Amino acid sequence: MAYKIVKSQCTACAACEPECPNNAIREKDGTFIIKPEKCTECIGYFDDPQCVAVCPVENTCIIDAGCPRYQATA
Amino acid sequence: MRKAIDVSIGVVQEMKPLDKVMQKMAEHKGCGMSAGSGKASCGSAAGQGDLAPEVWEKVKNHPCYSEEAHHHYARMHVAVAPSCNMQCNYCNRKYDCANESRPGVVSEKLTPQQATRKVLAVASAIPQMTVLGIAGPGDPLANPEKTFKTFELISKAAPDIKLCLSTNGLALPDHVDTIKNLNVDHVTITINMIDPEVGAEIYPWIFYKHRRIKGREAAKILTERQLQGLDMLTERGILCKVNSVMIPGINDRHLVDVNKAVKSRGAFLHNIMPLISSPEHGTVFGLTGQRGPSAQELKDLQDSCEGQMNMMRHCRQCRADAVGLLGEDRSAEFTTEKIMAMDVNYDADTRKAYQQMVEQERRSKVAARQDGLSQLAGETSDIRVLVAVATQGSGRINEHFGHAREFQVYELSTGGAKFVGHRRVDLYCRGGYGEEDSLPTVIRAINDCHAVFVAKIGGCPRGELIQAGIEPVDRYAHEFIEQSAFAWFKGYLDRVKRAEIRHAARGDADIRQGAYVVA
Repeated sequence: MAYKIVKSQCTACAACEPECPNNAIREKDGTFIIKPEKCTECIGYFDDPQCVAVCPVENTCIIDAGCPRYQATA
Repeated sequence: MRKAIDVSIGVVQEMKPLDKVMQKMAEHKGCGMSAGSGKASCGSAAGQGDLAPEVWEKVKNHPCYSEEAHHHYARMHVAVAPSCNMQCNYCNRKYDCANESRPGVVSEKLTPQQATRKVLAVASAIPQMTVLGIAGPGDPLANPEKTFKTFELISKAAPDIKLCLSTNGLALPDHVDTIKNLNVDHVTITINMIDPEVGAEIYPWIFYKHRRIKGREAAKILTERQLQGLDMLTERGILCKVNSVMIPGINDRHLVDVNKAVKSRGAFLHNIMPLISSPEHGTVFGLTGQRGPSAQELKDLQDSCEGQMNMMRHCRQCRADAVGLLGEDRSAEFTTEKIMAMDVNYDADTRKAYQQMVEQERRSKVAARQDGLSQLAGETSDIRVLVAVATQGSGRINEHFGHAREFQVYELSTGGAKFVGHRRVDLYCRGGYGEEDSLPTVIRAINDCHAVFVAKIGGCPRGELIQAGIEPVDRYAHEFIEQSAFAWFKGYLDRVKRAEIRHAARGDADIRQGAYVVA
């Protein structure tokens, strides 16, 4: 699965954008979004998903149940 | 320099010929007003005793570092740094209201290019704007690329503007050399504790080395990084101010230790600010009902730290996109939309000419203060009173009571006048709207004062002030503040001596917490 950003919660502070090891986060229409196909949940990079760890608003970067878990291509 | 201090604290019997005094005063251009005890009265007051002349040269025109300068010079903040690397219990980034005046709040964020355009637009419109700060709305050093790009662009486009930044200090040690290389003049670090146990009550988490760290561990890292950063800055000769938020019951007593720690590491100014914690701000402290200090509690703490180092008392805890003199906010005149449409003509010569005029005004003020102080020569009395002043700047009593958004408060004694703070109030006079409700609010805000100096006041509020025991004084309209205050104080002492009135202490006053309503 990938993470997603709850639009109504996002303050557009941009803290998550540079922390993402996959460059999966960008600004769109005034808030930030995560490109699910790029998100690895930070597995292989960090112990914690970086967007969740740095976000100032709780429950804003959440697991997107609609997206299949990231699989690294061999 | 030492002599100038003596003069400013009123050792009138040693007074030099006026022109010499003027020259000394002009050299120091600090607050110069001081308590009879001879201790420093404010940011730039009698601090020359332990400050090198080159430090004075740097702070004398900085409104945030010199109480005296803040009557004359303006600053602006550009909101290029939205991200933060930690959470404070007094901050809520989600809430963002244009009517709100407190740190961490902005109406729009800017790119470094937009910020540069805005600085030039403001510098053209407000020639006394001499200082550009980056203070957020997040942490400038959690956005190093945007922050430093902005400084770089502005120092090229407007080299006469001083640069400063305000940080929580977590990332500071990583950036000190860049700060030095970009000629940033002043850095403010917010240090609320040096004890991780206290810190755990203030900071729920930090984001450090790719981890969210909580509690005591987080506070321990934070305090180590802050003090390391402070050491590194002072080693490199960069001026450091320390801001502390006074949170009663959590760090109020502890701030005396913080004061000693930052003083010993070379911070030159300490600014203890009251906690802002209304429930409607949605902060943790707002929601838990953590109260802020009263005016008296804040003053007592500031006074108890004053023997250690210079204390700042004129901070307005302004927004990260504030523009104008401290106490006024003209940011609404300079939105991105408006600055893009403006015809910006940055003319360094015009600015310089205007600033020379300001310097002339400041010299007249110093002379007027000296003249006023000489009226108190020979008076001996233990009486100390607070007075409130309605002013629009320039060090004069030039605001209508009903138009005042804040009152400046001075403590008067036979030793002189000392700026002790300001009290924010909503506009009392708003075209008839809400007048009945707001007058008691104003009275509560200046309830510890014996008199209020105004340019003009209506009959109805005059009566109510008198009833509340506060004397409305409008006979010094448009005169210099200190000179008028001394003249009034002399009259007050005379009336007490003749037993026309009885001197009695006044009560405490409120520090306004709510939204700052711009008319």
